[in-house]
Amino acid sequence: MQFMLLFSRQGKLRLQKWYVPLSDKEKKKITRELVQTVLARKPKMCSFLEWRDLKIVYKRYASLYFCCAIEDQDNELITLEIIHRYVELLDKYFGSVCELDIIFNFEKAYFILDEFLLGGEVQETSKKNVLKAIEQADLLQEKTENMYHSKSFIGCKRAY
Amino acid sequence: MSDIVEKTLTALPGLFLQNQAGGGPAAAKAPFSSRLGGLVRSITALTSKHEEEKLIQQELSSLKATVSAPTTTLKMMKECMVRLMYCEMLGYDASFGYIHAIKLAQQGNLLEKRVGYLAVSLFLHESHELLLLLVNTVVKDLQSTNLIEVCMALTIVSQIFPREMIPAVLPLIEDKLQHSKEIIRRKAVLALYKFHLIAPNQVQHIHVKFRKALCDRDVGVMAASLHIYFRMIKENSSGYKDLTGSFVTILKQVVGGKLPVDFNYHSVPAPWLQIQLLRILGLLGKDDQRTSELMYDVLDESLRRAELNHNVTYAILFECVHTVYSIYPKSELLEKAAKCIGKFVLSPKINLKYLGLKALTYVIQQDPTLALQHQMTIIECLDHPDPIIKRETLELLYRITNTQNVTVIVQKMLDYLHQSKEEYIIVNLVGKIAELAEKYAPDNAWFIQTMNAVFSVGGDVIHPDIPNNFLRLLAEGFDDEAEDQQLRLYAVQSYLTLLDVENVFYPQRFLQVMSWVLGEYSYLLDKEMTEEVITKLYRLLMSDSISSETKAWLIAAVTKLTPQAHSSNIVEKLIQEFTVSLDTCMRQHAFELKHLHENMELMKSLLPVDKSCEDMMVDASLSFLDGFVAEGLSQGAAPYKPHHQRQEEKLSQEKGLNFEPYGLSFSSSGFTGRQSPAGISLGSDVSGNSADTGLKETSSLKLEGIKKLWGKEGYLPKKENKTGDETEAPVPQETTIMENVDQAVTKKDQSQVLTQTKEEKEKQLLASSLFVGLGSESSVNLITEQPECCLSITEAENTKIFQYSVQMEKPFMQGNLCGFVNYQTVDTLSAQLEFSVNLSLLDFIRPLKISTEDFGKLWLTFANDVKQNVKMSDSQAALPSTLETLEQKLRLHVVDIIGNEGLLACQLLPSTPCLVHCRVYADILALWFRSSCSTLPDYLLYQCQKVIEGS
Repeated sequence: MQFMLLFSRQGKLRLQKWYVPLSDKEKKKITRELVQTVLARKPKMCSFLEWRDLKIVYKRYASLYFCCAIEDQDNELITLEIIHRYVELLDKYFGSVCELDIIFNFEKAYFILDEFLLGGEVQETSKKNVLKAIEQADLLQEKTENMYHSKSFIGCKRAY
Repeated sequence: MSDIVEKTLTALPGLFLQNQAGGGPAAAKAPFSSRLGGLVRSITALTSKHEEEKLIQQELSSLKATVSAPTTTLKMMKECMVRLMYCEMLGYDASFGYIHAIKLAQQGNLLEKRVGYLAVSLFLHESHELLLLLVNTVVKDLQSTNLIEVCMALTIVSQIFPREMIPAVLPLIEDKLQHSKEIIRRKAVLALYKFHLIAPNQVQHIHVKFRKALCDRDVGVMAASLHIYFRMIKENSSGYKDLTGSFVTILKQVVGGKLPVDFNYHSVPAPWLQIQLLRILGLLGKDDQRTSELMYDVLDESLRRAELNHNVTYAILFECVHTVYSIYPKSELLEKAAKCIGKFVLSPKINLKYLGLKALTYVIQQDPTLALQHQMTIIECLDHPDPIIKRETLELLYRITNTQNVTVIVQKMLDYLHQSKEEYIIVNLVGKIAELAEKYAPDNAWFIQTMNAVFSVGGDVIHPDIPNNFLRLLAEGFDDEAEDQQLRLYAVQSYLTLLDVENVFYPQRFLQVMSWVLGEYSYLLDKEMTEEVITKLYRLLMSDSISSETKAWLIAAVTKLTPQAHSSNIVEKLIQEFTVSLDTCMRQHAFELKHLHENMELMKSLLPVDKSCEDMMVDASLSFLDGFVAEGLSQGAAPYKPHHQRQEEKLSQEKGLNFEPYGLSFSSSGFTGRQSPAGISLGSDVSGNSADTGLKETSSLKLEGIKKLWGKEGYLPKKENKTGDETEAPVPQETTIMENVDQAVTKKDQSQVLTQTKEEKEKQLLASSLFVGLGSESSVNLITEQPECCLSITEAENTKIFQYSVQMEKPFMQGNLCGFVNYQTVDTLSAQLEFSVNLSLLDFIRPLKISTEDFGKLWLTFANDVKQNVKMSDSQAALPSTLETLEQKLRLHVVDIIGNEGLLACQLLPSTPCLVHCRVYADILALWFRSSCSTLPDYLLYQCQKVIEGS
């Protein structure tokens, strides 16, 4: 996989992971063009796109678009499943995930992604194992942060 | 220790899950960072992009102040990093925080470290210079006893790591392949995969370990190793044929459901693993019947098993079909695969239909009948509302084009092209149309019109081969001369018609094609027409929308047509116009035309009609100039030096730094394999009076790293004046000290290697000094000799002088000579006085005073040769002053200065000469060393670089 982008229906980037070295300028250009192209597509259309010499595989979950770039000879369908598994992981971790979870905890979303995909390749496919690894690292954080902020932010999510 | 940590860690998830159950999902959701929350919320509240920009800039400047404040705690820093990442994601520059991300990864506790590493992976790219600062942290974390730290380090390495620093972590990662935890082994394999991608030759020597990973008892580790194997097999499938059996067995087990349920995905066993294995098998079985036969069974089973109606089974099926068609064919399997393709093509699901088309495109050349089976679907897809489906269909059609269907297919392609705006698609499709038109054109008119469309639509983004091929085709023609003339005439007529249309702008490339064709083949028209053509070309030349390149084509066409024209009014007008043009190129052309125009006969012979394909006779040896050359030589001109010869010298001096050996030196022998100094030999030469001496000297070399500053200008030869009251018999110095020194040096080397390479400039110095003579001496001990010598005992109140000479057997950077004196004071207390002298290479360098002529002779006899370009600062750009500096600081003798070149000579005592040739151009000093000793030039180069770049 070359890169993965998450963006909202409004075209706001929510997460970006690049597995190939590109300059910031190129990244911005690609992001802009892709977001535009994907958003312009109608709902019943195919989840795959040919874009330059890459294949784009995208899928919309609620208000978020998940978009992966793969090489031409890669398998598009299994890439869709990669997206799906990632969504499942987020869902399990956050407990019925929504865009706001990803906005406010985007670093967590990155941690989960890094545990699932490493260097552009699937690293661990077992949902249980991925979350286990994340939770191991999380645990201390939960402990310390809960002491200070435990209740204060519940409900904020609904407000936004 | 690590055991305890591991135990705790395995217990943690259980605890956590309990927590989760009690606290509900809110436990994970609640603690988002308040500041980030605030930022996000205020951004959401904004209405314009401008406001957002203002807010973020404000945020960034406050963050900038916070991160650089000394009072900022790591915890705050972590929170700042999160906000910085957010700002970067929104597209704002937060580069001031990069260094702090690295610091956080280095200094933070686990949680902070994790955020630090994440920020680094998001902020930096592979060749970012700051990344070098992370290497130390990674090395430290890889050695940590805490599993999570090791995981983090491996994760970052697998994502982003400077290529030239791979050797620093490679041994550590190799060790991790034997780790007891599968997650560590898996990540280590993926890190090696990353290394294989960015620097394959660095991991070549551990291919055996990849095999071990392939046989790992944990499926995850095995699956990770497949990524490496896939790449390696893709590059060289013949080297891994022996693994086919293993891959087949693994796939059989997976398909047969033998893996733990953990690996199931929606009740399909390990789909990612299956697909990877299928791809590998496809590569191995390509054009290889025997290997393919091994996999027929398992492929058959895969096709059979994948029946569940889920997306992921289709993914496997698709890969399976691909593999069946890639390997040596077996009709039974092909039949089944073809049926599968049918399922895809006919599926109502658009994704599957697309893949069906893709599969058809892939197999169609092997099995064109499949296209016939699905022709109706294909036709439907041609008018599909989704352009991607259309495009894939066109791709399919492109592969089945022949003389009969070419017109229809090309028409469909052109239709698509007219709707498309994306440059990449246009270039791609236009190329295909041109190819088909050339191959299968049914008649002249169609061919020219199609190519006209190609040139108009393709415009100037078109691949330059297309117009070139087209013109060549036109010029060379086919076998039938009459037919060729017709084609050319048709082209000319069609272009004239196109040029008649008012207010249409054609792409420059198209105009260039037109002008060449008109210039070359307008003679096929009626004689009266020539003037008309010239008029049209002239009108184009005067147009503003024409690029100067096209103008050159146009004027060339006019020049060709001029001898054929009856009247030359327009040509004269044109000459008038352009001989005063500001465009020098155009003016040149106009003058050429003017002069030729004055001599019609010459012009006609120079520009014959329709001779573009005739070979011109060119006297390549320029023999007609022989007389001229001979005359020149006889008058003392220098003989001609071919261009490449002149260039060669220049190039060889521009040679850049090669970092490759740097890596090799580490990978072969770990950290300690650094190329390092050899030894000193102590030749004792006691020249004092007789009498007993109480001085004992144990000399040992202490080898310092290269970073150390050389302060000493000169070296005092071993003169020891010792007066002791009483003397003791010398105690032999023990070897344990030496061992300590040895270790200390080794450690120092490690850390120095890591810190030094952080700066680009230092890296250059390092490279030139560290990798001296690599290859010729692969293993060098840090300390080669520990000569001991012991002096005689001196009686009380006596003075003795001992003189020792120290010689350098092999060049080294810096050494240490130390020893001690035992003596007894009046009250018979035994005392020891230690001394040590630092020696550097420069202490052994002396000017070598030779003549220029001798220099030349010596130069040719030396085989060891090192070249390097060094950038000089402005102040010393003049050669003489630079050489003077070298003479003063390094004691090189300036033999001669000739123009911008200088000759220097020196010798390593007692008698190892080294010659330097230097040349200045701009602010670059090209240094060229030659010596009879293989390592001396490198050391001297290093010293020279230091002097030049340091001053």
